[in-house]
Amino acid sequence: MTEIVTLAQTPPTRARSPLRSVARRRIQWTAYLYLLPAFAIITIFHILPVFYAIYVSMNKGAINKFQFVGLDQYVRALTGGDFWNALVTTFTYALLTMPLTMALGLFFAYLLYQPFVKARGFFRAIFFLPYVVSTVGSAIVWAFVFDPRSGLANFILTRLGLPALRWLIEPSGIGELIAASMHVTIPSWLNGPSLALIGVSIFSIWQMMGYDIVIFLAGLTNISSELYEAARIDGANGIQLFRHITLPLLAPTTFFVIVISVIGSLQSFNHIFAMNNAASQSLGGPLGSTSTLTVYMFDQLYSYSNYGYASAIAILLSLIILAFTLFNFRVLDRRSRA
Amino acid sequence: MTIKSDRLKSGLTQTLIYIILIAGALWALFPFAWMVLTSLKGYAEASAAENFLPTRWLFSNYVDAWNAVEFFPRYFANTIFMAGATVAGVLITSTLAAYAFARMEFPGRDALFIVLLATMMVPFEVTLVPNFIVIRNLQWSDTYQALIIPWIASAFSIFLLRQFFRSIPQELHDAAVMDGCTQLRFLASIVLPLSRPALITSGLFTFLASWNSLMWPLLVTNRPEMRPIQVAMTTFIGDAGTQIQLLLAAVTISVIPVIIVYLILQRWFVEGIATVGIRG
Repeated sequence: MTEIVTLAQTPPTRARSPLRSVARRRIQWTAYLYLLPAFAIITIFHILPVFYAIYVSMNKGAINKFQFVGLDQYVRALTGGDFWNALVTTFTYALLTMPLTMALGLFFAYLLYQPFVKARGFFRAIFFLPYVVSTVGSAIVWAFVFDPRSGLANFILTRLGLPALRWLIEPSGIGELIAASMHVTIPSWLNGPSLALIGVSIFSIWQMMGYDIVIFLAGLTNISSELYEAARIDGANGIQLFRHITLPLLAPTTFFVIVISVIGSLQSFNHIFAMNNAASQSLGGPLGSTSTLTVYMFDQLYSYSNYGYASAIAILLSLIILAFTLFNFRVLDRRSRA
Repeated sequence: MTIKSDRLKSGLTQTLIYIILIAGALWALFPFAWMVLTSLKGYAEASAAENFLPTRWLFSNYVDAWNAVEFFPRYFANTIFMAGATVAGVLITSTLAAYAFARMEFPGRDALFIVLLATMMVPFEVTLVPNFIVIRNLQWSDTYQALIIPWIASAFSIFLLRQFFRSIPQELHDAAVMDGCTQLRFLASIVLPLSRPALITSGLFTFLASWNSLMWPLLVTNRPEMRPIQVAMTTFIGDAGTQIQLLLAAVTISVIPVIIVYLILQRWFVEGIATVGIRG
């Protein structure tokens, strides 16, 4: 990963030759022709729709028969339970997937980074495969891995002498299931995320691990090997090297992965749609327990044709994403100044 | 500690690391293995999950799956056409725009570039409803233009290519212009050949995004014969009924092209992601 990394990361060097200033002083009006195709498409399909979405979010009713309702759709979202449930599901999903995916990603990247590892490219290619294979295809496969009757998950559980589970069609919380198997009752706030959501999360960890490995490996490669040598001469052991050199110097990469993962969770849709479709032919899973924000928005649009309400949710979603992006920029900015 | 025991210890560590790496690789691969193995079982065996390997290897399942899914070749053709046209469109529009931003002088250049960067901050979900309404009103539902036209320009690709174009030495440009070379010829005969890595990276990302797109094609296609393979796959469940082995055979057929493309272009995929770090 040497050549492109350096090209993309070194700021472009623009030699200030006298020739350049002579050749470039003229305004080139043809530039607008070069921009026209891209900007026509971007304006029509990506800029104007933002304003149109704001307008649609203040209306209700069918297409071409909109009725202006002001901020009612936002009030409906923020005062009703469904939006908040979807938001809680989204962040629960993020907490179930992100820490484990990142830990596994960093762990495997660090192993691959060890100088003696021979088939580094080979392993990297295999780890990355789940990320590349189309999500719908692999999500259907996983839906059948979790199939209560014929799936591999229950095949393994029963071989280990454990009870078979209902996985993707199980709306009960994991805490609830454990308590029930031990014949105790627990308060409902200990129910925990549904087993269906955990199934969806396991898929996500499987799919995204390779992505995190590749990003962390790129981050590790950028750390100067001289630092390690100097520390080793000072008598640092492997764990100390990792703790005092790798982790601090990898912090920008880690931070990038966190922000990207949170935004990814907020937008997660394809695998949840495909897994629920295969397991229960429903959009949001058993009792809507896997309905993340984007799934909820799509459901409102696709199943109920609530254009105004779906737009309001999309705009709230984009505000949350924007907040994370700006937070990202601010922290990165502070880091680069420090 | 003697040198010998030191070497033994590091040998053990290395073996342990290889074992963990192989375990990780098996974790990444097992769903595919299970998919292929189950797709070769008989109906009773596939739905009972009593053994891992098929007792009889039924390769005929693939023929049955191919026949059970109506329009199978059509789904592939739709997807290849959609992804191919989108990649071609993005590369053309992005190259032109990126060149203008990187090499030309005109009023409003910086302002337009900032507008472009700002569009990258808008999540796809926001434009979904308006674009759907526009496509409906244009009566473009169930057409290829609905699947392709909204996606043939990409702010991200323009940004990536502009960064790359700017790294090409200015002297090359000035010398060529002094020799009477037009901008377009300079772009075509010097900039493009030098920018192959950036073009491939941006083409691959566009291809992956298009090939994997689901929400948009779900909204704008109703007729089965207009569906790309991703949307069609979600309906296999109905087509194959409860025949798990046929369903998984159909899924295997659907994912194999991507796996082949990946194995050939593996280096570009991985290095491209490492460079720009976008997430699909």
